[in-house]
Amino acid sequence: MALNLHVRVHPVVLFQIVDAYERRNADSHRVIGTLLGNVDKGIVEVINCFCVPHKETVDQVEAELNYAMDVHDLNRRVNSNESIVGWWATGHEVTNHSSVIHEYYARECNNPVHVTLDTSLQGGRMGLKAYVCVSLGVPNGKQGCMFTSIPIDVTCYDPEVFGLQLCQKTIGAGGGRSRNVHPMLDLAQVSEAGSKMGVMLDQVLQYVEDVLSGKTQANNAVGRALLDLINSVPHMSNEQFSEMFNSNVKDLLMVITLSQLIKTQLQLNEKLTLLTSV
Amino acid sequence: MASRGGASRRVPENDSTIAYVQADGLAVMKIVKHCHEESTTNMDIAQGALLGLVVENRLEITNCFPFPKQNDETMDEDEYQLAMMRRLRRVNVDHFHVGWYQSADVGNFLSLPLLESQFHYQTSIEESVVVIYDTQKSSRGFLTLKAYRLTPQAIEMYKEGEFTPEALLKLKVGYENLFTEVPFVIKNSALTNIMMSELAEMVPEEEGSKFLDLGTASVLEGQLRCLMDRVDELNQEAIKFNRYQQLVSRQQQDKHRYLQKRSQENAARAAKDEPPLPEEDITKLFRPHPVPPRLNPMIIAGQINTYSQAISQLCSQSLAKLYITQALQNAKETNANP
Repeated sequence: MALNLHVRVHPVVLFQIVDAYERRNADSHRVIGTLLGNVDKGIVEVINCFCVPHKETVDQVEAELNYAMDVHDLNRRVNSNESIVGWWATGHEVTNHSSVIHEYYARECNNPVHVTLDTSLQGGRMGLKAYVCVSLGVPNGKQGCMFTSIPIDVTCYDPEVFGLQLCQKTIGAGGGRSRNVHPMLDLAQVSEAGSKMGVMLDQVLQYVEDVLSGKTQANNAVGRALLDLINSVPHMSNEQFSEMFNSNVKDLLMVITLSQLIKTQLQLNEKLTLLTSV
Repeated sequence: MASRGGASRRVPENDSTIAYVQADGLAVMKIVKHCHEESTTNMDIAQGALLGLVVENRLEITNCFPFPKQNDETMDEDEYQLAMMRRLRRVNVDHFHVGWYQSADVGNFLSLPLLESQFHYQTSIEESVVVIYDTQKSSRGFLTLKAYRLTPQAIEMYKEGEFTPEALLKLKVGYENLFTEVPFVIKNSALTNIMMSELAEMVPEEEGSKFLDLGTASVLEGQLRCLMDRVDELNQEAIKFNRYQQLVSRQQQDKHRYLQKRSQENAARAAKDEPPLPEEDITKLFRPHPVPPRLNPMIIAGQINTYSQAISQLCSQSLAKLYITQALQNAKETNANP
């Protein structure tokens, strides 16, 4: 079928896969599960997933398909727009058993995709790969199928990005030990974003200096992007800017005063109503 | 061992309380995804259950699942929950139900259904919490997840079911100590950290920069409008209470006058050697008015309190952003006129 499929995965799916792998039974080396999402014009968007218990021996594989159907039904009651788009497995290669499982999923949906997440950390990385099954062989002779890889990348809703950034702070320096992280207060986040922007500006300045002194080759695309950047800053005369600034600051200060006033009034109200015993 | 949340000034903590809530990245991301999808598709409140376990003095949340919407009649809600938990147990997920989560728009979560649900949860499961996810704020870039528990006094008050001012005074319950906030912490396992490092390379860099957005006026307007609605409601409740108080005081005066007339009459009759008038039951003549329950005004007051706190926070961070721009503009000016 269409080989120009492109898979987009949401971070929740990857979190779920890692968690399922960590909770696997002591005797299994691999975990598998179903991928849920929707397909649209050659782009498969994977939004959710769940784990399916299965047993694998050298020559046999069993997966609890009733369980898979049950959980899919339960899930559909909450997210009615998610359908089965494929299945996932941990591990770094596609085995013979995979084709059996893939066949089952081919019955459930049209052209399932198979995603693997390499939790065994081969080569020092946790590789994320996607495959579809392409049938090959002579039409009247032996038919087989082959897993070919398709491009896969990660996409997020906006709040997911922020959630991810917050969770990423647990990647502590020093051996990757897990640290605890609090959801931060607003001001701290603003200051952090500000310093991040400062760092990025430093990098850009460094690049410009290098180009000017001849250390790096000038790149036209980057130059054009820099020009866009400079032109996107709105030009305002000093008076206009201070006018806007002052009016905004006054508004905000007024709102702060009002809200503090409301809080004090609430406390007074509480005391007064409790005092009047009838 | 008092919880580090700010609102627990007068609450004595007993031994079995939770000092903080620790959530896995997985649970956090699932909550974010579910609440975000609900808010973009049909503006409903998203609710779900939290699963995990209690370890020493912290409540660990390791997984969660969403509830179907209320208007779905095909399966009973309890059945759905049981089915989900049974299925999750097959894949070795913790199946101890430790609480529930709810999405809220700009922090307007304090309502009677919430109190009732949390009351039921806390009486059946001692350590349960309700986690509130703020959709508006999180979409602007500040992920807001807060965990709350009912204070022991609030539980007492709810058990009694009486919300008269005297009962509230006796239990020392005000809108400030209905809920305590429990500190919220996110923790990830080592393998998850590895996965996130991989992810960091794959997620495009530009998407995480909404923090510095200067256009907060519309959000502020929305919040202020909600605040005004609530203040109006509180005003109505206050008017009701005042009316009741006036009625009661008028009734007291009437009673007093009646009694005086009675004693005068009796004195006159005694002077004329006639038998005194029979004593009549005062309460039958002047039926006491029903006391309006104070629960609603208290909830509204608590809600207004959270609103005003949120608004002050929003204003302070907008101020910070404005000052940053001012610094940039000054730098530009000094560079333009050397």
